[in-house]
Amino acid sequence: MTGASGTEGAVARPTRARRQAEPLVPQGPARASAHVCQAAGCLSMGSDTLFAELKERVLASGARDVAVKRVGCLGLCSAGPLVEVPEQGRMFERLDQPGGVPLDELVASLTGGALGGRELGEEPFYSRQVKVVLERSGRVDPEKIEDYVADGGYEALTKAMTTMSPDEVIDEVVKSGLRGRGGAGYPTGLKWRTVAKAAAGPEGKYVVCNADEGDPGAFMDRSVLESCPQQVLEGMAIAAYAVGASRGYVYARAEYPLAVKRLTTAIRQAEREGYLGREVLGTRFDFQVEVRIGAGAFVCGEETALLASIQGGRGTPRPRPPYPATSGLWGCPTLINNVETFANIASLVERSGEAFASIGTERSKGTKVFALTGAVTNTGLIEVPMGLSLREIVFDIGGGLAEGRKFKAVQTGGPSGGCIPEHLLDMTVDYETLSQAGSIMGSGGMIVMDDTSCMVDVARYFMDFCREESCGKCLPCRVGTQEMYLLLNRICSGRAGMVHLARLEELATMVRATSLCGLGQGAPNPVFSTLRYFRDEYMAHIQDQVCPAGVCQIEGVPAVAGTHAGSHGGER
Amino acid sequence: MAPTTVAARPAPSDDKRWRQVDVRMRRLGYRPDGLIEVLHTAQEAFGYLDDEALHYIGDCLGVPPSMVYGVATFYSHFTLEPQGEHTCVVCTGTACYINGAGALVKELEARLGAHPGETTADGKVSVLAARCLGACSMAPAVVVDGEVYGKVGPERLLGILEEL
Repeated sequence: MTGASGTEGAVARPTRARRQAEPLVPQGPARASAHVCQAAGCLSMGSDTLFAELKERVLASGARDVAVKRVGCLGLCSAGPLVEVPEQGRMFERLDQPGGVPLDELVASLTGGALGGRELGEEPFYSRQVKVVLERSGRVDPEKIEDYVADGGYEALTKAMTTMSPDEVIDEVVKSGLRGRGGAGYPTGLKWRTVAKAAAGPEGKYVVCNADEGDPGAFMDRSVLESCPQQVLEGMAIAAYAVGASRGYVYARAEYPLAVKRLTTAIRQAEREGYLGREVLGTRFDFQVEVRIGAGAFVCGEETALLASIQGGRGTPRPRPPYPATSGLWGCPTLINNVETFANIASLVERSGEAFASIGTERSKGTKVFALTGAVTNTGLIEVPMGLSLREIVFDIGGGLAEGRKFKAVQTGGPSGGCIPEHLLDMTVDYETLSQAGSIMGSGGMIVMDDTSCMVDVARYFMDFCREESCGKCLPCRVGTQEMYLLLNRICSGRAGMVHLARLEELATMVRATSLCGLGQGAPNPVFSTLRYFRDEYMAHIQDQVCPAGVCQIEGVPAVAGTHAGSHGGER
Repeated sequence: MAPTTVAARPAPSDDKRWRQVDVRMRRLGYRPDGLIEVLHTAQEAFGYLDDEALHYIGDCLGVPPSMVYGVATFYSHFTLEPQGEHTCVVCTGTACYINGAGALVKELEARLGAHPGETTADGKVSVLAARCLGACSMAPAVVVDGEVYGKVGPERLLGILEEL
């Protein structure tokens, strides 16, 4: 994409533009402050010009105790541009947009007039959430380290480095029960301990942050990096201290230019302030972080492929063991965690492992950030305690479906996940329950589908994705995903018999069992889950040449009387 | 083994854009593992990666041409063909897909005659399909010349493109 700015963060900007972007800081304590969302969603609705305009309006009003600042994601992306006034507990939605809140209403609210906007406390979208990862996201300026530090940022790193030994830090993470937020849910503390115990390689040890958020329909990591990059860096620094690493990488997608830019700025600022780089906090601990930008390969989210890509090569996975924890970058022990996992660390260390573990279920602790999208009223970024039910997420927080539409499924876990039908809506959201239902937690994309979606078509969509993203290294994935795609295509177009369905199931089982990495092993999941819950839709395509949702283009080969199978056997 | 001093290679031409590539390579210490980063810089500077660029970068970093080519073709972000004056990226992520991204692609195919990955005959617009831009709450999303447009219908998209 043309917008990708690379890591050349210091692209010269006219100073005038810089100055315009400066927030408005009141001389004394602020009576009211306008937090203007500057994440990608609201920016595309013009929230940067809105910020400048609002500042001018407040200045013109003569009010001297009002702040106007830029903050990260406020969550309800579908109602952008968003402005929150926390002192008044108000949210202003669709500001200055047709059908939204007029700017005058916000200015009046800020300058002592009638309170406008919507009361936060009464809105289930806001009141049902529990924020740990996103706690500072709508509160601090993503491009100003001073703001993060003033909000208590880097206190956790200071606490860890001055009052705790590396082992004690790891104990705290183990006690918290935190599990990897990238999808697989491996216990974070255990991983840290393995890396800590491993003997350092020729170049020491590495800490890598996986920000290659490739699942279509997922944008949690993008929002976290755009909203509070320092929190991720602090988590990485604490990890580096705990495992004994001195170098780190953040591997981010090229598709997220704004996140990369903010992250690069954040690293530079943290180095300047002594939280990263040489002699962190004046001690002998060094931790240097670099950004590496991906180049559009989904498979690079797999950890061994990601490492190959950081080393400048083709992003193909390799068999494990050895696990990166013992032999990763350049053969050195390497700790790889996801963005959201690192974003949990600071608050976990600052409070305590027990406090963290008090949220969530028996085996899934803490909160989870989800990108709630699709056919639901409130789309955006949410953070909920583990163990909430899907129904609460879709219908309370998400506000249900549009008028007259009927719920069909929630897709979680991206191309390795599955579709959860209506009768399971009351199940709780945690690692185990989701996997029992044939899906996975995944990185946190949650796509709501209504009766206009055909589930066979959805399975084909994901298989198309996997066959294109297969790196080609192992045969089951390279050939299997292509064959499954052709079979699904055949079913969608009404040209399949029962024999094709049987072959699809057989192939899916084989690809799952024999693929080298998670991409291939997970690729059959959308097929399995749709077959499990929506088999009737497959049958409608096969036996009646009908797509119940009216999505598929049925070509309809006249059915051979009596046998749907048999003669079609060798045909492709 | 002495480190290969490949640093002082003259650029293929006196095109000023090579300077950006050289600066990037110097900052990365001419390490072979900086290959992807340097390819990014070269593509930003020139719009695409031609044989000359691939050879030059490979020589400077000490990476054989087969590997440079292997990397440049593995990653979908890199392009070996010149791009149109403008780019139009249609997101085909799940949320966009179920909200009508397919119709957008079809409309572009019908009206511009360019499939995803192709450039219009007049060289004006390159049409690309992205896996997911992370703009799911505004599905379907389109990025035209780096600018994100949300909730785009076929007519609005054509309107945006006509204004270019």
